[in-house]
Amino acid sequence: MRALCWTADGELAVRQVPDPELRNDHDVIVRVRRSATCGADLPLLTGQAPGLAAGDVLGHEFLGDVVEVGAAVRRHRIGDRVVVCASVACGACWYCRQGLPSCCDNGSTDPSTSEAEWGHPVAGCFGQPRAAGGFAGSHAEYVRVPYADVGAFPVPESVGDDRALFASDAAPAGWLGAEAGEVRPGDVVAVWGAGAVGQLAARAAWLLGAERVVVVDRHPARLLMARQHVGAETIDRRNADVTAQLRELSGGRGPDVCVEAVGGPAGEHRSLADRFTGRARVPEAVREAVYACRKGGRVFVLNGGVRHVDAFPAGAVVHKGLAVRGGRQHGQRHIPMLLDRMARDELRTEYLATHHFPLDRAAEGYALFRDRPQECVRAVFTPH
Amino acid sequence: MGRFGTVVAVAGALGVAAARAARTAVTRQRARPARRSAGWQVVTIDRPPEQVLPAAVWPEPLRRLDGAVEVAVRRAPGGRGTELAARPRPHAAWPGLAAHLVGDDPGLLVRRTLWQVKQLAETGEVLRADRMPGERGPVVPVGTSPPPTDGRSR
Repeated sequence: MRALCWTADGELAVRQVPDPELRNDHDVIVRVRRSATCGADLPLLTGQAPGLAAGDVLGHEFLGDVVEVGAAVRRHRIGDRVVVCASVACGACWYCRQGLPSCCDNGSTDPSTSEAEWGHPVAGCFGQPRAAGGFAGSHAEYVRVPYADVGAFPVPESVGDDRALFASDAAPAGWLGAEAGEVRPGDVVAVWGAGAVGQLAARAAWLLGAERVVVVDRHPARLLMARQHVGAETIDRRNADVTAQLRELSGGRGPDVCVEAVGGPAGEHRSLADRFTGRARVPEAVREAVYACRKGGRVFVLNGGVRHVDAFPAGAVVHKGLAVRGGRQHGQRHIPMLLDRMARDELRTEYLATHHFPLDRAAEGYALFRDRPQECVRAVFTPH
Repeated sequence: MGRFGTVVAVAGALGVAAARAARTAVTRQRARPARRSAGWQVVTIDRPPEQVLPAAVWPEPLRRLDGAVEVAVRRAPGGRGTELAARPRPHAAWPGLAAHLVGDDPGLLVRRTLWQVKQLAETGEVLRADRMPGERGPVVPVGTSPPPTDGRSR
């Protein structure tokens, strides 16, 4: 089959690779209808992607049709149109049973690798380096889906592909930011990042009862989208004192909830000293969120690109009594609810698919996504 | 064996099968040298002890290391299942394939094995990766040479 592969020289190219096969009894094989780019992929495009091997297939946000079913699969049949959660979780461990599938103990083929990185194993992910589980990505004609009864969900007939696609990753991530940030009726919510996840976090905040939602970004076209499609107020960080403006927009208190959804690698604009020592700066958005948030408020960090950072403003957390949390999306828990909302038109996401490409031009789509973020929110690939 | 030395005390509450498992563990403890070394690897399995080690029989991933590791089990607090611990025996002769896998870090092999036991107990299977580079053959440009598929048609 054809697939978008990471090549030995760090480039992307569509190549012929072997078809996926059922490797476990709970697997299904999905024929991909749509697969989207994501900011989480950007670090893989820098040429510094430890753990990637030539021929590894990228992509983790997708939907498609079930074409093969493992012996232990109970909820899916050949022909089902399903959206698949971007992360891989078992549904059976203690964390999954607590409703924390992104913390799944069994979502990786080698939990000791993420244990080494984060102290504990976490859920796997499609189309990432081996340490993220060992699962090929979705920018391909076909993809294998482990634990399919847990991570794949039938799409209501009334929900189109371009809308349902974002139930795979961006929508549950955005929902998590608002839900785990404990947005309550009447809250003022600030969201850093007007990409797909940020806009959907803002939308989720509305749906959870926020009274004012403000989105911060540096790309005017994305901010325009947030105003037009989400009804948010916006701050263009290129020419604004973000903290001061947020204070003004919240009656001097600061937002009740701050959601960081910037995406992509953190710690850009590092000094020479930082580069020499390998130290990363606190991502600007996290720092701003901590400073801007009202006393006793909640800060939620969604950006998985935040890795190891120094100089975190811990004093502000202590003196203002903040709750700072982070997380990856819990799609296994949220996707059915999100699909219902999509079917009821409460959640419209298709506008985020700003560019479509056939799979054969996927490398071009990634270049656009990476280099022209002011135009491209998500490039969507259609393999068939 | 430190924290897991309490295994005898709690064994009575664990049911017959688990008690057998605990005795197995204790027997194995007695065989170890007096000086206790570090290196216990522990996982918590969200299943009761009698399911983790039914009738004191080690599950398959652990059985492969029989003779090379000590194993201990105890109930996890808060109803969180079973704490399963293992560590390499000093100067153990690693059986079969394990001898080839152990390299210079037997602790890592033990840890990976415990994760497999956990996956098997909780999900019914040991999760396998998609084809790794060595399995999938050359990656070739589209349209050149026969595609290296497994021959199925969809």
